[in-house]
Amino acid sequence: MSVLAAADLRLPAGPLDYALLVLYFAMVLGIGVLARRSVSTSLDFLLSGRSLPAWVTGLAFISANLGAIELLGMAANGAQYGIPTVHYYWIGAIPAMVFLGLVMMPFYYGSKVRSVPEFLRRRFGKGAHLVNAISFAVAQVLIAGVNLYALALLLKLLLGWPIPLSIVIAALIVLTYTTLGGLSAAIYNEVLQFFVIVAALLPLTVVALRKVGGWQGLLAKVTASPGGADQLHAWPATNITGIQNPVLSVIGIVFGLGFVLSFGYWTTNFAEVQRALSAKSMSAARRTPIIGSYPKALIPAIVILPGMIAAVIVPEMEKLKAGDTGVGVQFNDALPLLMRDLLPNGMLGIAITGLLASFMAGVAANVSSFNTVFTYDLWQDYIRKDRPDEYYLRVGRLATVAGTVVAIGTAFIASGYGNIMDYIQALFSFFNAPLFATFILGMFWKRMSAAAGWIGLVAGTLGAVSIFVMADPKLLGVLDLPGQGASFVGASVAFVLDIVVSVVVTLVTRPVPEEQLGGLVYSLTPKADRTHSATGEDAGWYRSPVLLGTGVLVLTAALYIIFS
Amino acid sequence: MAEQKSAQSAGLFDLRLIIAVLFAVYGVVLIVVGTAFTSDADLQKAAGININLWSGIGMAALAAVFALWVRLRPLVVPDEVPADNADGVGGH
Repeated sequence: MSVLAAADLRLPAGPLDYALLVLYFAMVLGIGVLARRSVSTSLDFLLSGRSLPAWVTGLAFISANLGAIELLGMAANGAQYGIPTVHYYWIGAIPAMVFLGLVMMPFYYGSKVRSVPEFLRRRFGKGAHLVNAISFAVAQVLIAGVNLYALALLLKLLLGWPIPLSIVIAALIVLTYTTLGGLSAAIYNEVLQFFVIVAALLPLTVVALRKVGGWQGLLAKVTASPGGADQLHAWPATNITGIQNPVLSVIGIVFGLGFVLSFGYWTTNFAEVQRALSAKSMSAARRTPIIGSYPKALIPAIVILPGMIAAVIVPEMEKLKAGDTGVGVQFNDALPLLMRDLLPNGMLGIAITGLLASFMAGVAANVSSFNTVFTYDLWQDYIRKDRPDEYYLRVGRLATVAGTVVAIGTAFIASGYGNIMDYIQALFSFFNAPLFATFILGMFWKRMSAAAGWIGLVAGTLGAVSIFVMADPKLLGVLDLPGQGASFVGASVAFVLDIVVSVVVTLVTRPVPEEQLGGLVYSLTPKADRTHSATGEDAGWYRSPVLLGTGVLVLTAALYIIFS
Repeated sequence: MAEQKSAQSAGLFDLRLIIAVLFAVYGVVLIVVGTAFTSDADLQKAAGININLWSGIGMAALAAVFALWVRLRPLVVPDEVPADNADGVGGH
């Protein structure tokens, strides 16, 4: 990434802005200290004692995904591609979140597993469990590194702090509150972060919209900008997929992003599912992703929109968009540049706080899911069994420290990629797409064998890796798929390969005995175990997961009609 | 499992109150800055909107909503209940 931009991007932050920032960090650490008082077992530390209400886990669910990379990357996509970026929020998230809540959560929460890999161990035994636990732990540490690097760059550009110093300070803050209060502290902070991020971006969007001359002014300016009117329609999104044929591009979005990548990420990524597992009841767990999906559907208005506006009112961004790469900025700088140009001291401090908060949300989610999988799925299952619970609580705390230290080291792997989103998408396609295939087969096909579990996963991951290698111009470069099209195709190949290999392997191996599969497979789970109570705290029509899920699907469909 | 034990201890502090406090402070500070310390240059920068004042009012309102919620549905820490019915940080 360019370091030339440092001087141009420095924000005019004053003492007031720093005071607002410091107040926020004091609150964050305070939550860690308060949450520590409620931690007495490893389950408290790693899963919040399964005690949180649905609005808390729901907002944490969405906030865990609202990291700095997500914000800066999606604003960058907005600046570069325009409205087609909404696919990442709508078709690329909402259906999968509703599916997780309505269809999959009864098995996750009902079987009382403590992690996604643990579900695989009970369904398929050790092979699939080990493959998934290790790949997940590695992926989380890598992504935490990417998040740390993004923050360091941000601090350097915005406030002029050196990269090593900002990595250490940020890592220390996340480390302090997650080691003290465990998942509760992480989740409570994620909820606080959610509100701070909205409080930062909503005023920025309002001012930007006024500056550009309202909605009509934005339409006119974007139509006249490089990329033209295609940026104002969600479909066919050829600029995002890199696939020129409009029909194939729509198929790429719907199947690649909307089905495989999105379902793989939202339904099997433990960093997300963990938030729902910490809910206090089955009903609250099912509502968690669905409550989160409402803000998810609306967030594009305060992320993509300011990105698009930045591309037409910030002089450096206009030059970059016209193809001038010598201006020293990149699309990822859209939000910081807009803040620099529009916000006076005071709101500027809140906006900086919001960006930093979003960074910490990402790292804390990675770290708090890493330590759970490491402690329960790797250490307890394979290294030291049957120790007292205090032992695993201590392992959990140490894993938090170790994970953060390793993440600092991986931060620099990300530096080779201009658009961070490409890198993240590639990682997800390696691990998540085949996982979803294995889960869906395993949950609904009782015949599926243990061997098919892990062989399918490995085959799918290898498939995604080979597409990545073939499409990356720095590696083989034999497939011509610029932009994010390569991840869509890679994920689809991984999914199909996983299904085919799993079916073939199942047909030649012995199935798992049926008596071991109660609560894990649809046809072997009594209906009573799959339904949730609707009394007491779970009563009321407005707490019905099905109704809430239908509501958000209707909302998303309406949004698509408006922006088609 | 240690779920019974955690049912009482989880949620000893109320997240809603923390949100209310943070945004009350942010709101008041921004309202003061917006009314007393806003120059014409600041206004011009933000397209003519006194963004500090308006954001401050919005944040103060958010703080009020959370404070009211705490007031109307105070946090209950049950003495002895099974984990499945544990009351956490207020209802929805």
